Amino acid sequence: MSTTDTLIRMANQIAANLGHEDDPASATAEHIRQFWDPRMKAAIRAHDGTGLSPVAARAVAHLAQA
Amino acid sequence: MTYQPQKDFGTPAASADEQVTLTIDGRAVTVPAGTSVMRAATEIETSIPKLCATDSLESFGSCRLCLVEIDGRRGTPASCTTPVEPGMVVHTQTPRLQKLRKGVMELYISDHPLDCLTCAANGDCELQDQAGAVGLRDVRYPVAATHLGQTKDHSNPYFDFDPSKCIVCSRCVRACDEVQGTLALTVEARGFDSKISAGLATDNFMGSECVSCGACVQACPTATLVEKKVVEIGTPDRAVITTCAYCGVGCAFRAEMRGEQLVRMVPWKDGKANHGHSCVKGRFAWGYAHHGERVTAPMIRESIDQPWREVSWDDALSFAADKLRAIRATHGPAALGGITSSRCTNEETFLVQKLVRAGFGSNNVDTCARVCHSPTGYGLKTTFGTSAGTQDFDSVDDSDVILVIGANPTDAHPVFASRMKRRLRGQDGRPPARLIVIDPRRIDLVRSPHVTADHHLALRPGTNVAVLTAMAHVIVTEGLADEAFIRERCDWDEYQHWADFVSTSANSPEALEPVTQVPADSIRAAARLYATGGNAAIYYGLGVTEHSQGSSTVMAIANLAMATGNIGRRGVGVNPLRGQNNVQGACDMGSFPHELSGYRHVSDEAARALFEAEWSVILDAEPGLRIPNMLDAAIDGTFKALYIQGEDILQSDPNTHHVAAGLAAMECVIVHDLFLNETANYAHVFLPGSTFLEKDGTFTNAERRIQLVRKVMTPLNGMEDWQVTQALANALDLGWNYTHPSEIMDEIARLTPTFAGVSFSRLDEEGSLQWPVNDAAPNGSPIMHIDGFVRGKGKFVVTDYVPTDEKTGPRFPLLLTTGRILSQYNVGAQTRRTENSRWHEGDVLEIHPADAEDRGIRNGDWIKLASRTGATSLQALVTDRVAPGVVYTTFHHPDTQANVVTTDYSDWATNCPEYKVTAVQVTASNGPTEWQRDYDAFSKKSRHIVPAEAAE
Repeated sequence: MSTTDTLIRMANQIAANLGHEDDPASATAEHIRQFWDPRMKAAIRAHDGTGLSPVAARAVAHLAQA
Repeated sequence: MTYQPQKDFGTPAASADEQVTLTIDGRAVTVPAGTSVMRAATEIETSIPKLCATDSLESFGSCRLCLVEIDGRRGTPASCTTPVEPGMVVHTQTPRLQKLRKGVMELYISDHPLDCLTCAANGDCELQDQAGAVGLRDVRYPVAATHLGQTKDHSNPYFDFDPSKCIVCSRCVRACDEVQGTLALTVEARGFDSKISAGLATDNFMGSECVSCGACVQACPTATLVEKKVVEIGTPDRAVITTCAYCGVGCAFRAEMRGEQLVRMVPWKDGKANHGHSCVKGRFAWGYAHHGERVTAPMIRESIDQPWREVSWDDALSFAADKLRAIRATHGPAALGGITSSRCTNEETFLVQKLVRAGFGSNNVDTCARVCHSPTGYGLKTTFGTSAGTQDFDSVDDSDVILVIGANPTDAHPVFASRMKRRLRGQDGRPPARLIVIDPRRIDLVRSPHVTADHHLALRPGTNVAVLTAMAHVIVTEGLADEAFIRERCDWDEYQHWADFVSTSANSPEALEPVTQVPADSIRAAARLYATGGNAAIYYGLGVTEHSQGSSTVMAIANLAMATGNIGRRGVGVNPLRGQNNVQGACDMGSFPHELSGYRHVSDEAARALFEAEWSVILDAEPGLRIPNMLDAAIDGTFKALYIQGEDILQSDPNTHHVAAGLAAMECVIVHDLFLNETANYAHVFLPGSTFLEKDGTFTNAERRIQLVRKVMTPLNGMEDWQVTQALANALDLGWNYTHPSEIMDEIARLTPTFAGVSFSRLDEEGSLQWPVNDAAPNGSPIMHIDGFVRGKGKFVVTDYVPTDEKTGPRFPLLLTTGRILSQYNVGAQTRRTENSRWHEGDVLEIHPADAEDRGIRNGDWIKLASRTGATSLQALVTDRVAPGVVYTTFHHPDTQANVVTTDYSDWATNCPEYKVTAVQVTASNGPTEWQRDYDAFSKKSRHIVPAEAAE
């Protein structure tokens, strides 16, 4: 399993578990901001989005804006 | 000063507020109501002769030696069973008493060998002392029928039992009953034939139910039960109070020494975590400190296929520093990191994270809590505001309902388990606490002597969140929530949002039964009991955290406690049982890549500024890598160097192949440990470590209790671990100059608000302190969140059940879950190098009889255990402790390597590995797997050492 696959899985897992937050995508983005190392954030942002759940994909888009 | 055993008051302390004044031998004494006359006398340094009484046990009144006379009262009552009364006038020494006592003692001695000079207890024998105290000068009875000449029982590796020296005072039996709660020992037969038995008449101590906790040995007033080390060495000549380095209970011990030789570890009665009790690990399993495999010389090698070369400290440190500098120059600070140890002291841990943050220049520091209690950190911080258990251990005395989920206290936290069992048997005339166990396996606590769980919810592994949500459903929909508490202490809107969620029919126990496999009625009954049974306390362990929803489960537990008002006073709370001695401390000390000490995020500018000013560096505001991410990054080529203090990630972390690949990809792995552990097979630098007996520092236990660790012998490797880290820092020109760990604690206190009032001198005075210790709580905080939550309002978090991605299927139809056993500890690096292995020589696979039969597997057969990740082989134990479809093993032995099988799935919030759920298949096998053969060969080659040439 490549690191990118791992990161996709992690992002999807976070998104799934934060599904009941008011804004799951921002909550997911905030979680990633707080706990991921910069190279992990860069790698998920650089990824084309394949395999990401809709909430996780929106979260990654949030990250890019920040 | 010469050796003195700890003072024995004869009977336990009374806790009444009411004070009673009486006169003993003409002197007034005031004690709490309920105190025995014996204890009151001891308070004023009057020692009434006694044999069957000791202050760890309820009074018994059998030896007839502690007789006293009381004005206005007939006869000569036993002082141990007579409570004090106001105005009582007691005489402890009169001609009548003297004569009676002498007569009693004469009978005892008439049936006791007179080999005092060569007896192991010579100088430390209560029978000897009391014979002296009563003035016994001769024995008139002829040697006729006696109990002399019986065969000794040497079966236990740590203590001997010599029935010829026994006076049948029953202290050992009562210690086993009252203190340990195993109820293994008994008095066999009656009258003159009475004899202490380890169990059945056919049992010896090793073969019986005895768990070798040592309580009986400590209680024995003669040499009947005596440590083999005392037999071998002799009596100690001094005692030093220190803290055990095994589990998170944090027992205080008297290290009893002769010179620099440790004679025995005796639990310290004033230790607030253990109150004078111990287990087989802390009491006896310290022989690893001088095991032949201990490495005491630094070693280096260019690559891991080369043999190790023993070198000087200077050479090893400069070799390491050169490599670290070169890697940083080429790849930047982000390529360097470190792992702190939950086995090391707070001060050592603090220094390792300081070295990484301030020296390496990255936040790539993590700790073994990543693989155990990181979800506790996330979950309790989110809901309550801080990452810690809410209670002290004493709190359990006031619990009416105890809920144990995903923890096996009798094996993993035995001394606290004894405490819990005492409450579950009923004490002080109060009815016993009720017990709910949520665990896929029938742990000992479910049914043990005088303890039976009211409810055992044997859930399917991986469904903790579903079970807890179903319990919440019952509590909310049946109107059992404590709304007054919630309105006062918690965010009401968040509560309503959560209550709406748990109330949906999809979250009812009935709807979730197909998922959890727990009968809905049982969940309803357990939920009602938890919500309405009085003070309810939750204790949990790694069966909660080591799941893909570990953090959610911690939050679901917090939700339950808040919803029922079970927070903020004695007897209630949320209590993570920490695996290793200093997991709490390692987390507190800023070992996580996103947090500075005291749980402050690295992006917190004010917190960072404090550290930057103290350390004169600029700190990175971005979180660093966690252990699994470090390994991924190593394989990707962006992470190159790792300093690992006191951790064996190859054996303890999941998916061994992945860990091995990550380590093999690094250019500089520095292992700082006692032994060439499994991780060292991939290391380039080995820095020998020191044991807890060889250093000063502090450990913080599961109840946030900070206790001193005191050096009792010179480190075999020449340096305490904090000195090794300092030497590495200074090889990198960091210019550190700590001269004692107390200076490191002073720095911690300056930088960490919850530790502001902690110092070595205060710990020395107080014995221990529970953080927070600051202006608001100058004497520490046994119970947290008393008047409100640390975060302000308690936060209810919706925890939706999200099934793990690890699924059973036709190829892997069983679920593997892992755990621990009493005699071994973690990866076994210490306990496997002691006689504890006699109780557990290898990991075994527990499998249900139905699953075993389907596969043609009999008890003791070698089997192959395979998952999608890997395969290993071990022996089967066919048992109905596990449910059909579930198998269980431990991870104490490297030749089994259970983690070859576990996956790299992990907790969504913290990446804590999902050790507790792996889809596996079990098949008959006739030998080691390919991995085991390859690894064995690699491991042997990789441990080859070329000794340093002797200097001419």
